[in-house]
Amino acid sequence: MRAFLNAVPRVSRRGFLRVSTAAAGGLLASLWFDSPLSAQEGPPPVPPKAYPPDAFVHVKPDGQIVITVNRVELGQGIQTALPMVLADEMDADWSQVAAEIAPAGEVYKDPVLGIQIVGGSSSIPNSFQQYRELGAKMRAMLVAAAADRWNVGADQCRAENSVVYGPGGRSARYAELATYAAGRPVPEKVRLKDPSQFRIIGKRVRRLDSKAKCDGSQKFGLDVDLPAMKIALVARPPVFGGRVRAFDDAQARGIAGVIDVFEIPLVRGTGVAVVADRFWPAKQARDRLKIDWDLSGIERADSSELRGRYEQLARTTGLVATSRGDRAAMDRIPAERRVVAEFDFPYLAHTPMEPLNVTVRFDGDGAEAWTTSQMPTFEQGAIAEILGLKPDQVTFRVGFGGGAFGRRGSLDEHVTREAAVIAKRMRGSPIKLIWTREDDVRGGYYRPLFAHRVEIGIGKDGMPAAWKHVVVGQSFLIGSKFEPMAVKDDVDPLLVEGTANTRYSIPNFHVWEHHPKVNVPVLWWRSVGNSHNSFVMETLIDELAERARIDPISYRLKLLGSDANKQRAALTLLREKSGWRSNLPLGHAAGISCTEYYGTAVACAAEVSIKNGRPKIHRVTMAIDCGLAINPLTIENQCQGGIGFGLTQLMAKGAITLRDGRVEQRNFDGYTPPYIVDAPVAADVHIVPSAEAPTGAGEAPVPAIAPAVVNAVSRLTGKRYRSLPLRAL
Amino acid sequence: MTTWQLTVNGQRKEVAVDPGTPLLWVLREELKLTGTKYGCGIGACGACTVHLDGVATRSCLVPVGLIGDRPVVTIEGIGQDPCGRAVQDAWVDRDVVQCGYCQSGQIMSAVALLKAVPKPTDEIIEESMGGNLCRCATYVRIRETIKSASEHLT
Amino acid sequence: MAQRVRWRESMRWLLGSFLIIGVVLAAQMESKAAAANNDGLVAWGKVYSVVTSPRCINCHTATNHPEQGDDRHRHFANVVRGPEGRGVPALQCVTCHQATNADSTGVPGAHGWHLAPLSMRWQDNSDKPLSSAAVCRSLRSQTVDLINHHSEEPLVRWAWNPGLRPDGTARALPPLTHDEFVEATRIWIEAGKPCPKGHLR
Repeated sequence: MRAFLNAVPRVSRRGFLRVSTAAAGGLLASLWFDSPLSAQEGPPPVPPKAYPPDAFVHVKPDGQIVITVNRVELGQGIQTALPMVLADEMDADWSQVAAEIAPAGEVYKDPVLGIQIVGGSSSIPNSFQQYRELGAKMRAMLVAAAADRWNVGADQCRAENSVVYGPGGRSARYAELATYAAGRPVPEKVRLKDPSQFRIIGKRVRRLDSKAKCDGSQKFGLDVDLPAMKIALVARPPVFGGRVRAFDDAQARGIAGVIDVFEIPLVRGTGVAVVADRFWPAKQARDRLKIDWDLSGIERADSSELRGRYEQLARTTGLVATSRGDRAAMDRIPAERRVVAEFDFPYLAHTPMEPLNVTVRFDGDGAEAWTTSQMPTFEQGAIAEILGLKPDQVTFRVGFGGGAFGRRGSLDEHVTREAAVIAKRMRGSPIKLIWTREDDVRGGYYRPLFAHRVEIGIGKDGMPAAWKHVVVGQSFLIGSKFEPMAVKDDVDPLLVEGTANTRYSIPNFHVWEHHPKVNVPVLWWRSVGNSHNSFVMETLIDELAERARIDPISYRLKLLGSDANKQRAALTLLREKSGWRSNLPLGHAAGISCTEYYGTAVACAAEVSIKNGRPKIHRVTMAIDCGLAINPLTIENQCQGGIGFGLTQLMAKGAITLRDGRVEQRNFDGYTPPYIVDAPVAADVHIVPSAEAPTGAGEAPVPAIAPAVVNAVSRLTGKRYRSLPLRAL
Repeated sequence: MTTWQLTVNGQRKEVAVDPGTPLLWVLREELKLTGTKYGCGIGACGACTVHLDGVATRSCLVPVGLIGDRPVVTIEGIGQDPCGRAVQDAWVDRDVVQCGYCQSGQIMSAVALLKAVPKPTDEIIEESMGGNLCRCATYVRIRETIKSASEHLT
Repeated sequence: MAQRVRWRESMRWLLGSFLIIGVVLAAQMESKAAAANNDGLVAWGKVYSVVTSPRCINCHTATNHPEQGDDRHRHFANVVRGPEGRGVPALQCVTCHQATNADSTGVPGAHGWHLAPLSMRWQDNSDKPLSSAAVCRSLRSQTVDLINHHSEEPLVRWAWNPGLRPDGTARALPPLTHDEFVEATRIWIEAGKPCPKGHLR
């Protein structure tokens, strides 16, 4: 996704602050960005809109400071981290800070990408500066207001903990100054703090949303409750793209509480919607629908067939993703110094704990939506399109999400479109569309199935001297709205990220890709291309290190290029913190990996034994270099959590399989993610001290764990594992 | 449609639903207690865990017609119990949650565990919490926090 | 002298008759016993077919976990036996299984739902059913009142009223009716609990 994000036209930032006074008497500040585009390609620039309710900071008369975060909170902790940034520059009293999630809106777009988005670990890197400036401007205005009132110079004042102090022992609280400050002009330029002056940034700060999430009061999208709200479920075709030929709803309509049953178009094919006044009647009714599906002329994807087909494709070169050096170098390396490895990876579902849901109410001349979404701009637009409205006629509220991992950022807004279609028919009623867990497991938008074939020519020094690598799998960018920006010469960079952009200094390095079209919807899964590419790279590098009889950390340090500063730093810190590796009990082994995702490097050591035919992970030590660490507690959580999420790939039932077009799994009994027994017993996280620009931590840990664990298993069994999920050992 | 009398978090409630309606949906839609979550509907994830007459119970599976007069306690009410309060406080103190969606169920399970075994070993924690899913994988912190909470409870 | 010879000859005839009668009687008894034994073995075969059918054997495991389904796969969500076969705190059997079947959600239920003790395991540690000979010897050594157990125990009776699966279809019953099962148990016991020869595995 790096290539994709870099390709999106950059918006130039000539920002200015518009201030308006809320009816409640507080101080509202909004930051607008002018957006003349500097890039020559991409969509035409959209002029910013006047959006009166916009707010980033609201100082209430009682002293509470409400900060609006332009990112949905899905668990990654952004709802605490960005307010920390703003509050620090603002010299606000942290104990008074509360946070809100911004609805869809012009001013909440990512300042670099020009759309509202959570993805690609871009929230921190792209909004860090933005929120610093917001905080600094607020502070400047409050100080100027106090200085004005006291008739002194602003440079004679200082601010600390929501109080401005002036000469002669004067002081005024932010809450008192707020209304007065509202009439002040917004400074164009502000001076930001020197990092040595940070009081909040860099501290282990507990997240702001914990208490509500522990006492049942936190509302998620699924918890939305509105007067006269109806519940909608949709019966979808058993094969993607199927269409309703006929249906019998007599029994379904017989369920008390059912309001209507009707056919609806889907993004692929058609389905039957059931609308009821409660969830249970809707489910009972849907279970009693008799639907005759037209599956004619539809490709029926089959995992076995795909694996076989991909294996063959991987043995041919395809589209060139990366090419450096001499393609014939491999031929000069004798057979005994060559490794040929073929890998295969299954479809993976995200299965966030909160099932997908969207609530939409259509009133004819406007609409309102409640959901949690990684792409509010697009989803707002999709609702508008279906309801015949302009986007700003759709109030799109973004709530806390029960996880996403990429699933709530679909490129075709398919869930939202279903909800809008139903809301249109049931005009006036809020419609809550719910995808049951079965709908979710069977509903597609998976991390694609992949095959790799790698041929390595090893030099006499044990380091790779030639590398030929083919990756085969579906592309979700091609055919999407992002294709023009991210895909060049038909090469999708996300298929090969983790391989093509490796910082290992491998000469004669050639990477090709094939992206066949398959009738299975696919999407980005936390860490995207790295989820499989890092597994291939890090297990192969481990194999080379073992062959060369070089310590796995030393081998990597030797092989990394001169620009791999963060990976070096992470590996060095890992080595320092994983002394336990030389003191393992019998039957235990350590496995190492080192990955990088969007400018964040992670090095990982896992201690593993084999119990009941499965890897038992006793501990993981992880070192991470993400530049300046805004909240080390959040980073620790994301590392521990990313480890647990990444283990999905190794679970015995961690695969979605299709047979004759149908998904074989239905729920967590068939697609089984990691439970507590599968996660490490302990995981210690160490952050490389850094003053560099901060990069994200939400995804970088994920691709590191599977290869680290499998490398450890390989030490125990003497075998190499090239097919996931891991079957019985 | 039948009328049922339930005791939920110490209060008498009356609802009118089909006897086969799972307790989960009665709590969420009739009583507006949305703290108990729908995660899978087949009892595989534990997000719907409540206490039914003191027993940790997966409410997505229990039809309201089988409740009888057994009292129900949900995440909204567990704070009234000293053990419940201690667990919630420990959860906040140690920054366990991420997205938080599974945590009502995790907490209800953890409280049931600590009430039965005030000083659980690592093995007992792993087995008892073994059926609660967390996709954010907060498991490492859940283990540590249960140990920590058990130390603070007499 | 002639009298003594006549007496001895009569005795021989008498003994011979008794012998013949005895042999005939014994043969008759033996064939009756054999028949009874045979009936007992046949009855045992019926009992074995029921106790190793999914509705029963899924809870008569040798391992730390129950099974579920006609394909007897490991029960999901990591449920475990626990010290008394009732699960562990927060994940007890009754966490999901109520005192009767919950047909609307597809969860089987009966009073006191729990695993059979390890002494009543009908499988090995790889979840493979034990042989007829092995189960027979195990049952033969049980001190429980077997007729009563097979006839009255709620969890046993449940097998013939196993409720609906989550998809709404009815769970498969054991291969005999409950009455046939109890009757076969009785015949087996009355025949002296004969066990087939064979591997004790």
